[in-house]
Amino acid sequence: MSANSNGNHISQQFDTELQEVKDHVLVMGGMAEKLVIDSAQALVNGDTSLAETVREAEQNVDRLQVTIDEECTRVIAKRQPTASDLRLIVAVTKIVGDLERIGDEAEKIAKITQQLAEEGQSPRGYIEVRHISQHVSKMLHDALDAFARLDTDMALAVMREDKSVDAEYKTATRSLMTFMMEDTRNISSVLNVMWVLRALERIGDHARNISEHIIYMVKGKDVRHASLQETKEILEDNK
Amino acid sequence: MSEMTSSSAGEPRGHAIDISAIERAAEDRTLDDETVALTVKDLKLYYGEKEALHGIDMVIPQKRVTAFIGPSGCGKSTLLRCFNRMNDLVDSCRIEGEIRLENMNIYQKGIDVADLRRRVGMVFQKPNPFPKSIYENVAYGLRIQGINKKRVLDETVEWALKSAALWEEVKDRLNDSALGLSGGQQQRLVIARTVAVKPEVLLLDEPASALDPLSTLKIEELIHTLKNEYTIVIVTHNMQQAARVSDYTAFMYMGDLIEFGSTNQLFTNPASKQTEDYITGRYG
Repeated sequence: MSANSNGNHISQQFDTELQEVKDHVLVMGGMAEKLVIDSAQALVNGDTSLAETVREAEQNVDRLQVTIDEECTRVIAKRQPTASDLRLIVAVTKIVGDLERIGDEAEKIAKITQQLAEEGQSPRGYIEVRHISQHVSKMLHDALDAFARLDTDMALAVMREDKSVDAEYKTATRSLMTFMMEDTRNISSVLNVMWVLRALERIGDHARNISEHIIYMVKGKDVRHASLQETKEILEDNK
Repeated sequence: MSEMTSSSAGEPRGHAIDISAIERAAEDRTLDDETVALTVKDLKLYYGEKEALHGIDMVIPQKRVTAFIGPSGCGKSTLLRCFNRMNDLVDSCRIEGEIRLENMNIYQKGIDVADLRRRVGMVFQKPNPFPKSIYENVAYGLRIQGINKKRVLDETVEWALKSAALWEEVKDRLNDSALGLSGGQQQRLVIARTVAVKPEVLLLDEPASALDPLSTLKIEELIHTLKNEYTIVIVTHNMQQAARVSDYTAFMYMGDLIEFGSTNQLFTNPASKQTEDYITGRYG
């Protein structure tokens, strides 16, 4: 049963409230996405003022999380939502949690950018940062698209991408570790870049979580601890 | 440190908490695992020429609360009234198919309808106490069965009023008129009168719709305790009430049973779009 898309409530006010919640999630998601892109760019370009902007903007993401959670609590208290409406509200409170954590990870990258500017740049790792950051920001973008369109196939595709991000992260850390062993003078700065890669990999995980919440929201199936193959089968059974 | 090594080598210590009890408690009920109280087979009901129920098939599980929901005119009250043949009282009403109560088709010839209604009791939307004392209201069903021993009556009245969570409020004025009770108390009195004759099934037709919110909660609480002893079928316009009190919910629409399953499932992830639209308030 495809959720949320069909028909309007008799109470138009209820429709408005749910639409607002959805819109606000997309605003928050857009902000988180921009934080990811900007923080990675700041790091790669050594742009400390952009890093500072990221750190300031991150607070807006935090504030939106609190606001959206409050909106959800009110809908539960006043409307006693059921079925797809209920699943939307439950999924949103979880999605905003993941978006907020994405903001935190981007802020971490911004902080490291400032640190590297003070202590000296790393000789390696920027190519990997650029590559993985592009990958995870695309995942986040797609996850938000899937949310807006209730598109579970797209959500599943994001979950699949997370696997390749994990692989890229593993390869990158391995090569940076080899580098550190060969040239111990740069351990401190290379380690900082490794923290950045770690933050990006975590952002990929959160995008995957968001996709899982979307599948729950649309299909009513909890796929949080299912494998990709199992998730695919669950989605096919529910077509 | 040595502690850690010894525990990792031997039994897993401190992590041996069994979560299966929590999982079992959260597990949903399924109709397949229930004992059947009533079986409805291809039940069709006509008011004159008009077919009001179009071949209903369902089982009502024993000692569970089953709620019927659906828009006005969907047939939910009509179906409820079939369970103790209340529709017999409606002229021009004709029934095909069968309803079995413990292997007995309640529509077969020669059924003692008075006895059926003792076994399948009913409570209506508007409390309808008799213009008699509180005591006599509850004792009424026993007296028409010919039970007049004071000790038996006293005991049953007390037990029934306690079952209906009314005893504490009325024990000092059992001989006062029942009409002096509040609406919520009257409804619980009617429930006491119904359970006094020890029915197997309780049919509740909008039992709380004429009551204030607190009296409603008392009735709901009462339903929750009564299901340990009785099979309960409730018709309600209040969807949240169905969600709160029932184990199973049946959604009816235009004389058809659209969806019937566990209340948890039906209110979180209904299988049918019609159910979804109705319970989310999209029904137009």
